[in-house]
Amino acid sequence: MRIARLVTSRLVGVIIVLLVVTAVTYVIFYLLPSNPAQLSCGKPCTPENLARAKSFLGLDLPWYGQFWDFLKGIVVGRTFGSGAGAIACAAPCFGYSFQLNTPVTELILTRFPVTASIAVGAAVLWFVTGVAGGAVAAVWRRKPADRAIMTVAIAGVSAPAYLVGMLLILLFGFALGWLPTGGYEPFGDDPVGWFLHLLLPWTALAFISAAVYARLTRSELIEQLGMDYIRTARAKGLGEGAVIMRHGLRNALIPVVTLFGLDLGSLLGGAVISEKVFSMQGIGALLIDAIGKLDLQVVVGITLFAAFLIAIANVLVDIVYGVIDPRVRAAR
Amino acid sequence: MSAPNTASGLDVAAAPAGASARSTIWTSLRRDPWAFAGMVIVAVFVLAAVFAPLITAINGQNPYDYHLHTLDDTGSPKGWGGGVSLQHWFGVEPLTGRDLFSIVVYGGRISITVGVLATLVAVTIGVLIGLTSGYFGGWYDRVMSRFMDVMLGFPSLIFTIALTAVVAATFPRPVLIVLVMGFFSWPSVARVVRGQVLTLRQRTFVVASEAMGAGDGHVLWRQLLPNVGATIIVYATILVPAMIGFEAALSFLGVGVPPPTPSWGRTIGSSVAWFSTDPAYLAFPGGALFLITLGLNAFGDGLRDALDPRVSRRRGLRTAARSLAARGPRGPRVDRKKKVTA
Repeated sequence: MRIARLVTSRLVGVIIVLLVVTAVTYVIFYLLPSNPAQLSCGKPCTPENLARAKSFLGLDLPWYGQFWDFLKGIVVGRTFGSGAGAIACAAPCFGYSFQLNTPVTELILTRFPVTASIAVGAAVLWFVTGVAGGAVAAVWRRKPADRAIMTVAIAGVSAPAYLVGMLLILLFGFALGWLPTGGYEPFGDDPVGWFLHLLLPWTALAFISAAVYARLTRSELIEQLGMDYIRTARAKGLGEGAVIMRHGLRNALIPVVTLFGLDLGSLLGGAVISEKVFSMQGIGALLIDAIGKLDLQVVVGITLFAAFLIAIANVLVDIVYGVIDPRVRAAR
Repeated sequence: MSAPNTASGLDVAAAPAGASARSTIWTSLRRDPWAFAGMVIVAVFVLAAVFAPLITAINGQNPYDYHLHTLDDTGSPKGWGGGVSLQHWFGVEPLTGRDLFSIVVYGGRISITVGVLATLVAVTIGVLIGLTSGYFGGWYDRVMSRFMDVMLGFPSLIFTIALTAVVAATFPRPVLIVLVMGFFSWPSVARVVRGQVLTLRQRTFVVASEAMGAGDGHVLWRQLLPNVGATIIVYATILVPAMIGFEAALSFLGVGVPPPTPSWGRTIGSSVAWFSTDPAYLAFPGGALFLITLGLNAFGDGLRDALDPRVSRRRGLRTAARSLAARGPRGPRVDRKKKVTA
């Protein structure tokens, strides 16, 4: 019941956030100096063409009318132009690429599996190795295992993902020849190939963040293990494993999950960078291409999609938060 | 009970001020081998950046001239290690034959300048909003805190990439990058400052000053700001390497500082096509980026330890900063320390 209330309140919050993000994105990309009609009008851009592009994109409407069309497109879909030449863009319409003659949503959805595979796999790897590494370091504090993990962590914090990625390619791809040096294999076609192609990007992305998580988990767990309730748990005869896993780690994880929620945005950015290093055609490659071609609709669509994704992922993190920390549920 | 301070892990508000404090910090920094090494690395990079024209003049090199005679028919540098020679200390760039040492040295200028300026922007906005939001409270604080929450998790890299496409080409790129990076990074500063101001407000010297009729401006500038100064300095040292990494990532993706201005990130980006045959082309700019980040992180870490005796040694560079940012009001996190003493 309390979980249901938490979910509802978070959902209302996220809708407000999405509205604000949409409005800000809209203002920055469509109302500020840039001229979307000019960009989609092509060359040579005669005044008639420009006027046609304007009315086609709905830019001859006042700003609130344009914004309304834009919002409507996301929720129920919209139509560009009218009559025979009209182009329908089904909901959720994040724009329409006139250069590629495809709705942006479709472009994003065909590329999304690549980016999502990189991001989700890396997140799982970094969370698991980071928390496990930090827990090991905390339990065997000041022992060789702790020192080794913390030394790797210091190096990891300072190395950009693309550097680590390129070093991994050099070592495992070119020198040893164990793993592919780049490219993407859809999961449906060849699950093993999918895994092998993604192993290096996951490792490169996870290396840095796992280091940060290991340090945070270690210090939090050390703090927790010094608390009275841990002594109580031990006193009532609970095994050391259960004390650490069920009591210590569960409380130590709370700030770690918070950090995870904040890192989702940079995770997506990291995936974009990995796409270039490992020559994969994901959303990042789509975005960079669109910028080269000045395809504004695609640029805005991807930006908005990314913002939506992160906002919704944050709601999920908040719910996980409520599950591991009963105080959050009680407080609302 | 000694003065109860903030719930944050980085509480340096209680640090002593003045000349004696400065010498204590200096001693503490010198005793910390990591921090000292970091300081030396950073100093070397800064000097190299400042004196870039003099250093590259030793060999009569600059980052713009083509040396096509140093390349073979495929465009790769002739000879060992990417064409390392007495003329070209770090070898040359494939396809153009430009001197890689000059590119790395001049690239440092851009990285450091952009990193420091973006940090200044972030710290200025962050301090202004953090101070006012913690001091005035009320609806203003609630709106700002919610705004920071949203901003902190925002996919800023993607947003920044998109912005580079729509801002007029006549607007100078480095300025744009500085402003955008600064704008996306202030919320973490604001949150730390706000947290400190919330506790400082309860302290006697602030209450006394208010009771004596001091205005809001006086309390903010003369009472609160000096007391969060140490925190701001520590936070800024941790932000600089993050900003340098951000700029390098943008240039790596081809949307950062435009050519022909030398940039580490762009050189690393173009080495993607070459590093299997010419690893030196990746190694020198990549090594420079790694070293300065490591140096700044180690220095920032040491500085924090020196300013805040409460934080245990070697707890973590970015971890502490980020856990701080993470400890804000996402979900009512119960302050453990308070719970224990209650």
